[in-house]
Amino acid sequence: MIKRFLSLEWKSFLRSASFGKSLGIKIFMGFLALYFILVFLGMGLLLYPGIKEIYPDKDPLPIVNSLLFYWILFDLVLRFFFQKLPVMSVKPLLTLPIKRSQVVNFVLGKSALSFFNFLPLFAIVPFGVTLIVKDYSVGPVLVWMFALVLIVLIINFLNFIIESLSAETELSFLPIILLTGGLYALNHFNIISFNEIFGNGFNAIYQSPILVLGLIGLLVLVYWFNFKLLRQKLFLDSGLKTKLKEVNASNLEWTKNFGDIAPFMQLDLKLIWRNKRTKSSVWMLAIGLLYGLFFYPQPTYQGLPWFFVFIGVFSTGIFLINFGQFIPAWDSGYYKLLMSQNIKYEQYLKSKFTLMAVSVIILFVLGIPYVFFGWKILLAHFAAAIYNIGVNTHVILYGGSFNRKKIDLSQKAAFNYQGTGAVQWLIGIPLLILPMGLFALFYFLIGFEIACLILAVLGIIGIVFHQKLMKAITAKYLQSKYKMISAFDQNN
Amino acid sequence: MITTNNLSKKYANNLVLHIEALEIPKGQSFGLVGNNGAGKTTYFSLLLDLIQPTTGYIKSNEIQVNESEDWKPFTSAFIDESFLIGYLTAEEYFYFIGELRGQNKADVDKLVSQFEDFFHGEILGQKKYLRDLSKGNQKKAGIVAALIGNPEVIILDEPFANLDPTTQIRLKGIIKDLAEKQGVTVLISSHDLMHVTDVCERIVVLDKGEVVKDLKTSEATLKELEAHFSN
Repeated sequence: MIKRFLSLEWKSFLRSASFGKSLGIKIFMGFLALYFILVFLGMGLLLYPGIKEIYPDKDPLPIVNSLLFYWILFDLVLRFFFQKLPVMSVKPLLTLPIKRSQVVNFVLGKSALSFFNFLPLFAIVPFGVTLIVKDYSVGPVLVWMFALVLIVLIINFLNFIIESLSAETELSFLPIILLTGGLYALNHFNIISFNEIFGNGFNAIYQSPILVLGLIGLLVLVYWFNFKLLRQKLFLDSGLKTKLKEVNASNLEWTKNFGDIAPFMQLDLKLIWRNKRTKSSVWMLAIGLLYGLFFYPQPTYQGLPWFFVFIGVFSTGIFLINFGQFIPAWDSGYYKLLMSQNIKYEQYLKSKFTLMAVSVIILFVLGIPYVFFGWKILLAHFAAAIYNIGVNTHVILYGGSFNRKKIDLSQKAAFNYQGTGAVQWLIGIPLLILPMGLFALFYFLIGFEIACLILAVLGIIGIVFHQKLMKAITAKYLQSKYKMISAFDQNN
Repeated sequence: MITTNNLSKKYANNLVLHIEALEIPKGQSFGLVGNNGAGKTTYFSLLLDLIQPTTGYIKSNEIQVNESEDWKPFTSAFIDESFLIGYLTAEEYFYFIGELRGQNKADVDKLVSQFEDFFHGEILGQKKYLRDLSKGNQKKAGIVAALIGNPEVIILDEPFANLDPTTQIRLKGIIKDLAEKQGVTVLISSHDLMHVTDVCERIVVLDKGEVVKDLKTSEATLKELEAHFSN
């Protein structure tokens, strides 16, 4: 049976309309994975000698154990945002003679093979081998390594439990932030010293390996809980909402100020507000806005003006990147309707452009308080905002004409909690790196002000040629009209 | 009104539609029947410029549909659920379509109010998004939306499927009325021979992409169609 499931998965991968595109992304992801493997490998190899060098008279193993708590917290947060439960279209399988438990086990089993679970091995194994080489007794070290693998799997399944529970709420990432933040704070302020508890726990496992049974029990528990959660979802009517919220229809009259693009603006605003997936991109605004606070308070970054631009482009352009990269796929569900209606493509695209440009302005204005960390930051953000409006909006709209992947706004696919994974973040890279590179170049060649000016001028050029650029972009969309229609018609 | 000339559509080397010539005059209610894969939806998609013809062309009101977009103002269609915008309520959807077709809210309200018995109280004022309606109710909303803005050509693919018997009968009344009294050219496809013969003045049978019968509807038509499809 598992063989059949695997062949189904393989076919859906090979035969999907976006195969070519996702292949490119997969290759890129491959490189990224290779990079992380090397980083972890290096960590695993250097951990023992490194600790020995800093604390020559201490045993490295308890030190590593005492740090495990932080690793677990960090891994949980990272996985929440980047690892999704494998999606499988289960509806056709439900009426076939396949046990439901088999489907669930397959999905869960597949998730255990995730890259996220193998990555720590690249650090754990070399470190463990070093320990053995350094005359630690073999048996307990092996058990210790086994315990860490169990922890990885526990985090893996715990993440899905957190995801599935928090997917019901509107601010889906709030619970995980509160949970990990809370644990971290409790530990940090020495209210409950988790890192000691975890450290002592692992020390104890090293000393008396039988304790590893506790971890196995925990793993079974989280697996069983996941199993129960997913099995519930394996009924057709679980997709139906139990309570249909009453719709409050607002007429959004104020959009009339935007003239002929008003109907599309209204549609876009409703699109964003009424679908879970788009709505989450609104909440991302908060993250983008506060992103600078991670860096600016630290004196290290004060000396790196070229980095301001990166933050500037990111924090004023987070909506642009998040929303823009899926144009026109947001409308893929009813693309045929739009194409047979009496609309001008240009108005349709202009509405998206206006939305993105307005978001940049709003985010810039909200970000003005960053001036507290220095006027240079404000200047860099200003230049970045202009660059975003003039260049990045057009680039992302143009890129949209290559979009061939349908987005199912209603998210009927079971197990699909948020619909976004690591890939979503990759597309932002050229939009961010290019201006930062340009800025850095002129910053080192000439100076800060000139570099700002260059970025701003590029943005202004884009704004001046807006009409022309939109014409070219529209032509590109018209050119790929038939391809988009047929791709959006396919599932997967 | 609609002229088809030497039209064909090939996928790879597979000819799915080939119509030498087909003329549909203004105000005709035109029915397209055929088994699965006969090319009905392909023809409608070509008519709406959703796919490209391999050879030939369709002219609607003297406008070649794959070259100019000027046919859009007087043409409307409901092919499948992908013509609905799931996150709008029925009213919002009607207003949106109305706005695209140059109708204000009052115009749309007036038109939609004529269909209250067709809706059977399950569409308007429901405070539900279209995606939360049943298949049949979604279809009703889509069909009525296709009537907004006084189109001269209306294309409905399988309008009777998924509808309950009462609504089917009402829909037949609506389609007849459009063609007879308002001079609208209505194109429908259906697997239900009885319904098409009831509604359409003219029925064309497609088989493997070719026109095999072109009938003016009369008493004998239903028998003839049944005979055709039983062997």
